[in-house]
Amino acid sequence: MLAFFVTAIVAFIFYLSLTFGSGTIGAWSIEEWISGAVLSLIVGAIAGRVAFDHKRQGKKSSLRMLNPLRWLLFLVYLIGPFLWAMAKANLDVAYRVITGKIRPGIVRISPGLTTDFGITLLANSITLTPGTLSVDVDEESGDLFVHWINVKETDPSAKAVCGSFPDWARRIAE
Amino acid sequence: MNILLYVLLGIGVLFNGLGAIALLRFPDIYTRLHGATKCTTFGSLFTALGVIVYGFARGGAQYNTLAIHVIIALIALLVTNPTGSHAIARAAYRSGIKPVGAVVDKLEDQS
Amino acid sequence: MIIEPMVFFIVAACFAFFVLFSLLRIGLGPTVGDRVVGLDTLNTLVVASMIVLGAAFDQVVFVDVAIIYALLSFVGTLYVARYLEGELQ
Repeated sequence: MLAFFVTAIVAFIFYLSLTFGSGTIGAWSIEEWISGAVLSLIVGAIAGRVAFDHKRQGKKSSLRMLNPLRWLLFLVYLIGPFLWAMAKANLDVAYRVITGKIRPGIVRISPGLTTDFGITLLANSITLTPGTLSVDVDEESGDLFVHWINVKETDPSAKAVCGSFPDWARRIAE
Repeated sequence: MNILLYVLLGIGVLFNGLGAIALLRFPDIYTRLHGATKCTTFGSLFTALGVIVYGFARGGAQYNTLAIHVIIALIALLVTNPTGSHAIARAAYRSGIKPVGAVVDKLEDQS
Repeated sequence: MIIEPMVFFIVAACFAFFVLFSLLRIGLGPTVGDRVVGLDTLNTLVVASMIVLGAAFDQVVFVDVAIIYALLSFVGTLYVARYLEGELQ
């Protein structure tokens, strides 16, 4: 039930931001308010179960992400360490594009995360940061297989590959 | 204000160009994914930031709407781009393409 | 003082030029995977140039189309990836 309402509200917010400036009630016309509400209720009914599946055995519920403190942490992470690492990553890749110096390989790291959201966040962060690209995930242990463009050691720790990201992902999602 | 716009758009064009060159220059699919995903995401991020700054600086209802829509497009890009590249990388590995010149390949021992 | 629309057209022209590169990769690519990577890059470039053109023409419709294009091209990429994995017969 909670999943239904949360999905509907998120869909409603997206609808309202897409129709911003259409009328005079707030910034929206009465038609947009009504059709937005009806459509987001339909979306919530259909997609609520998919967006938050909180009945997985042994996994923590993904509704725990509703805590606003986690969103704040996420925002801080996005603007602070993530953007900085992303900028460094791009300069690094630019250097390799121009010089062509690569030493590729696929390594295995165990960040020790358990929630789906945490692993997704870490994998996406890894893909967007220096010389690393997540290829596959071992779903039981939560280990990630990472394609590293410049292999420094063949059996690295999670810290050697992606810096402080596992700590951040743990703080945000676990 | 204009200088800020030029810088943002310039960074965007530069990194998108690097991504396109990386696509031609690197030897195999995984390294190409590195170049393509990172550089085009970063380049598009800065291009979109340029347009957002432009929209809010012009002011008025129409330009604010433009900026808000660009923010949503940016969120869509930032979420879908890395996810799509995971999907391609995993599919490529499972369809039997090995990384060229790999120093180490832990995934091979696994499967 | 605010920027001229001409600058946005030039940026969009640069993106169109980069699209040629990814088309070259789609044509050359030795494996299907390489072609999909080229297609993915092309999609991102098209979305970026649509955003820029929206600013150049002062039309919000371009950006709306860009949002839908980004989401649909993502679904397309996932579909091709699934097919490559051999899960769809």
